[in-house]
Amino acid sequence: METVIELNGVVAVLGQFPALAGIDLRVHRGEIVLLQGPNGAGKTSILRVCAGLMPIERGVGKILGIDLNTNRDAIRSRVGLLGHANGLYLDLTVTQNIEFWASTVAATKDEVRLAMQSMKIDGRLATVKASQLSAGQRRRTALASLIVRRAEIWLLDEPHAGLDAAGRNELDSLLRDAVRAGATVVLASHESERAGGLATRTVIVDGGSIGQGEL
Amino acid sequence: MSTNFRLRRQITVAVARKDLLIEWNSRILVNQVAPFAAIVMVMFAFALDNDGILQQVAPGLVWLATLFSMLVVIQRTFAVESADGALDALRVAGVDPGALFVGKALALMVQLFALETLLVATAVVLYGVEMSIAGLGMAFVTVIVATIGLSFVGTLYGGLAAGARGRETLLPLLLLPVVAPVLIGATRATEAAFGSGGASISEGWPWIGLLAVFAVLFGVVGAVAFGPLIDE
Repeated sequence: METVIELNGVVAVLGQFPALAGIDLRVHRGEIVLLQGPNGAGKTSILRVCAGLMPIERGVGKILGIDLNTNRDAIRSRVGLLGHANGLYLDLTVTQNIEFWASTVAATKDEVRLAMQSMKIDGRLATVKASQLSAGQRRRTALASLIVRRAEIWLLDEPHAGLDAAGRNELDSLLRDAVRAGATVVLASHESERAGGLATRTVIVDGGSIGQGEL
Repeated sequence: MSTNFRLRRQITVAVARKDLLIEWNSRILVNQVAPFAAIVMVMFAFALDNDGILQQVAPGLVWLATLFSMLVVIQRTFAVESADGALDALRVAGVDPGALFVGKALALMVQLFALETLLVATAVVLYGVEMSIAGLGMAFVTVIVATIGLSFVGTLYGGLAAGARGRETLLPLLLLPVVAPVLIGATRATEAAFGSGGASISEGWPWIGLLAVFAVLFGVVGAVAFGPLIDE
């Protein structure tokens, strides 16, 4: 199976503090990998390194075959990082938001329609301003923007935060659908029970390194 | 035309369209900024309370009111980017920062042009300024060239302040000294357009030249520096 994320002995610093202290991680296409660990363990830093946002100080890393040391910026357009914020324009409608993200990669109108359909934000919600959406609906709109941007790896930081039980179930189902459609998902979460049921593999992160190995 | 160039142009248009759509949906410029600018002009009239002086200083008042209103518009244009982490998302997505800069500046130009047209019209009505046809042409050219420069520098400094703590107070502190040449150049050119203090039309062109140099300088600097600035 194709390896899409390959980190070997990766060290990264945040300001003056070491955020990652020699991470080894391999993720294959089509996996849903859960990064689990306490606050400050390095989960978000791993996601940011994989998104090409955080430079690595030592070690070797490849994302979708692109070298993190030499071509970090080229990774950004091929992965999607969704943190605590959704990256939406609150004064734009759902459709206007998705169309804007589509235009950044020259996606077609059909791709916009399909992304909105797959996240169930077409129909009545399409013309609602993002500021008037519920937390779950905003999350779905943000995920639709990842689809329309053709992100091959979805890096999700606490994706279940702020969602009610129904919204969480819906999100899990949407992520499974995305993986079936060819995406790879890496998510960081505190909620081991919830996210563990979704993940195909769990990786324990502690003190900036892979703690007790992979589960 | 290369694919990269075409995509960059498409992103530029999309960013400008998006900012104007946000304004269209929220009507902040129409309902808040334009009335604020008009109130500033009225307050100047109250403070000076002398038709002769008002006509003489009208060009400076127009451009001061423009700068104050511009600060509000720039704060707003970057507030919508940070409200739900959209600027971060653009950065993460690797969207070309040069295209982002030009797109945001274009949208700002449209909004500032509308605002300045209103302010010049207010000066004519409120301060009793009289303009010849040639003066009207010069006022139009001044507004266009000054708007381009102000939009570029405003977008650059708006991006710089966007990620900083206390950005609401930091932006005026950083921006106002930098736009001093625009205030001087646009005021002198507008004096020539209005004929304030017996100024002739021909006296305005060198100042428009200065405004053009400023616009080109900050257009180039902004397109190059915007990426590293928002990346920090």
